[in-house]
Amino acid sequence: MGSHGIRDRVAIVGMGCTTFGEHWTRSADDLLVDAVGEAVTSAGITLDDIDAFWFGTQASGVSGLALSRALHLPNKPVTRVENMCATGSEALRNACYAVASGAYDVAMAVGVEKLKDSGMSGLSGTTMPGAGDDSRGEITAPANFSLLAPAYAAKYGLDEDEMKDVITRIAWKNHVNGARNPRAQFRKEVPLERIRSAPIVAGMLGVFDCSGVSDGSAAAIVVRAEDAYRYTDKPVFVKALSFVAGPADGLMDPEYDFTTFPEVVASAQEAYRQAGITDPRTELALAEVHDCFTPTELVLMEDLGFSDRGQAWKDVTSGQFDLDGGLPVNPDGGLKAFGHPIGASGLRMMFEAWLQLRGEAPPDRTVRTLAEGRSLALTHNLGGGPGECVSFVSVVGSELTD
Amino acid sequence: MAGLIAYGAYVPHHRLARADIAATLGTRAVKGTRSVAGYDEDTTSMAVEAARGALTADGLRPRVGQLFLATAAPAYLDKTNATAVHAALSLDEHVLAVDMAGSVRSGLGALVTAARSAVPTLAVLSDLRTGLPGGTDESAGGDGAAAFVFGGHRDGAPVIAELLAHDTVSDELLDRWRLPGAPASRVWEERFAEEIYVDLAGKALGAALDRAKLSADAVDHFAVAGLHARACAAVRRTAGVRPEAVTGDLTAAIGNAGTAQPGLLLADVLDRAQPGETIALVVLGDGAGVLLLRTTDALPAHRAARPVAAQIATGSAPVPYATYLTWRGLLDREPPRRPDPEPPYAPPAHRRNGWKYGFIASRCEKCGTRHLPPDRVCVSCRSVDAMTDEPMEHVQGTVATFTVDRLAHTPSPPMLVVVVDYDGGGRFRCQLTDATEADAVIGARVEMTFRRTVTAAGVHNYFWKARPVRFGAGPEED
Repeated sequence: MGSHGIRDRVAIVGMGCTTFGEHWTRSADDLLVDAVGEAVTSAGITLDDIDAFWFGTQASGVSGLALSRALHLPNKPVTRVENMCATGSEALRNACYAVASGAYDVAMAVGVEKLKDSGMSGLSGTTMPGAGDDSRGEITAPANFSLLAPAYAAKYGLDEDEMKDVITRIAWKNHVNGARNPRAQFRKEVPLERIRSAPIVAGMLGVFDCSGVSDGSAAAIVVRAEDAYRYTDKPVFVKALSFVAGPADGLMDPEYDFTTFPEVVASAQEAYRQAGITDPRTELALAEVHDCFTPTELVLMEDLGFSDRGQAWKDVTSGQFDLDGGLPVNPDGGLKAFGHPIGASGLRMMFEAWLQLRGEAPPDRTVRTLAEGRSLALTHNLGGGPGECVSFVSVVGSELTD
Repeated sequence: MAGLIAYGAYVPHHRLARADIAATLGTRAVKGTRSVAGYDEDTTSMAVEAARGALTADGLRPRVGQLFLATAAPAYLDKTNATAVHAALSLDEHVLAVDMAGSVRSGLGALVTAARSAVPTLAVLSDLRTGLPGGTDESAGGDGAAAFVFGGHRDGAPVIAELLAHDTVSDELLDRWRLPGAPASRVWEERFAEEIYVDLAGKALGAALDRAKLSADAVDHFAVAGLHARACAAVRRTAGVRPEAVTGDLTAAIGNAGTAQPGLLLADVLDRAQPGETIALVVLGDGAGVLLLRTTDALPAHRAARPVAAQIATGSAPVPYATYLTWRGLLDREPPRRPDPEPPYAPPAHRRNGWKYGFIASRCEKCGTRHLPPDRVCVSCRSVDAMTDEPMEHVQGTVATFTVDRLAHTPSPPMLVVVVDYDGGGRFRCQLTDATEADAVIGARVEMTFRRTVTAAGVHNYFWKARPVRFGAGPEED
């Protein structure tokens, strides 16, 4: 028994990512075709070279056919995966294991979501027939995550105005980054005061504290590490993949205080163990985290070990996680600037790690930590909400560890 | 000795100022307020609240042998509404639970039937009075419920008021009527029925007093209920009881709750009456009925925990008339751009009756952890199938964190959501109702209340919500 990790056994050698946004003229199939096409081109191969597929979507298709039909794949294995908002990362994780196991030489992870066809605001999701006797089917995602804000503020002695300043700063930072990203849904900086005074959606959260709603797709090609340089001279090696589904006790257990995601702490510790990381704050060059709502990013800074407990709000305020900070977080603009097409987001995060570690991010978005010699990036992807969630953490790097 | 052994009243939290109706519609101003069922209440949910108030004494629920739910505004036709009340009260499955639904007079019917039943009987009177905008019924009506348990004397649940006598007179009379599904009642010219009711009331009261060998001036509390206001006033004036014995009808503050009005008036009298006093309750409508009761020494120690007067006093500031119209479905408002709410599905709802209706959680026999909702696997020690039932409807709690959901689909946005940590353990996240945003704060004290959370796809969903504690500490945790 044991979790062993697959550090440096597989590498990503090609990626694709569509622009994220309100793609009124493009279907989920269109987005898939585009992301997959870009990925195979970047790896210098054709679709026929891929042996197996892991396809992540929450609700934009069912079964492997949703991918094989769009691409008319000739009798290839396609596994459709779903793990709430971490679906895209889950597709990647399984593709990596498939290659590491020796079962396949070349695997592809693809994620897609088409949210803007429903005509609804927010996520529409899928529900099972229920008894009408719990709040899960009633509360919206922003309200669910907004539960963090008053609890965090109360625990660490922030008043409502101070807390609002902190989360406003997070939204501002991610929009600054997104303004430098041609693939983002929102490509404009937003003044602090406009963020702060935006109409309230839930609790303390205004419109700008919420990620957008968008369509998008992203894809990655995974091969054995020893084969990686046959495809590219700048492969991205997988150092750690960890995933946990929590015990779903936070909405039942008064011990849980809504200032942390224990699932994130567990998945981060496991990822750091696999990757051999002892001080993520100084070892990582960048982190792409699940900023579905601004208080989420705040709490994640502590759960991922980037800030001490109760200190993240100060680190946010001081710019520690800005593009030019000590540890840039969401340099691509995050869910805040990209929106959150559920099946695609995890792979979109990885796409930014891919660009940054390969030195392909535009100069005005390139993190300075790389020049300081750091070569590791983290992606974090979360599904569910405070009290019960699934959490994924990966660490990837541009160099093989000795 | 048999008689009344418990009672409880429920006046919903919300009020509507009659002056607001007048100001909005440009009609003649009328004084006072009426009680208004919340957007998440109906006659079934209010009946549950009243019955919970009546059944607070230990050991009372297992004694109840039958349950009658009387209402002129049943939440469902065909399907029994009393079974939802039965489920919410976690009564024994052999208890007969039936509706007396349709006519306002069914309130009298339930009371009289309960009073003369051989088995301990819970009679719940509940009504939600509607009328067309600008009409008398709209401003004069009220919403509310009251519950009474009649039975024999027992230690712990003694008779608090003996039934001295009762009498009923039935008369086929086109005074007030409503076709099924119609939004409002119709009434004949007021003066037509006035004299008839005075005569019928005199017959019923006279017969009851004769049976009890009492004269009218022996009555200490004279309560007259009915939707024919002129007739009620005339009966109060002419029945021959001492003027100081005539009780008010509460309509200035809460309006006339129709089917439930006799119950609310009787509960209000019981809240105040001294031992050894005689109560005459007269109910007018398609005839007349009289209950003559005499309070016992046991009354002061067994009054309802939430007096009618206190419920009136703690009512909300009036809701805007537009809000009232919206809640009653008389103002069709733009829905949020969100998926329609899901109705409850019959099989999962039935599987979870104990939880959904009774708010019965589970407790791990191995480690004592409470589980809301009930679980098979312990969240703490992970023991499997080592759970016992844990009733939670009476347990108060404290808000751990909260939010105001302005995006959620609710009949009355925004949706207030609280995470409740219960006294003695356990946590549950649910909606907060009868509250404003100012009530949703960390540390707020809350209690549970049974509500109709939503009606979706033609199905009412009943479940529990939290509400602010407004009546001091509730029953202590076991």
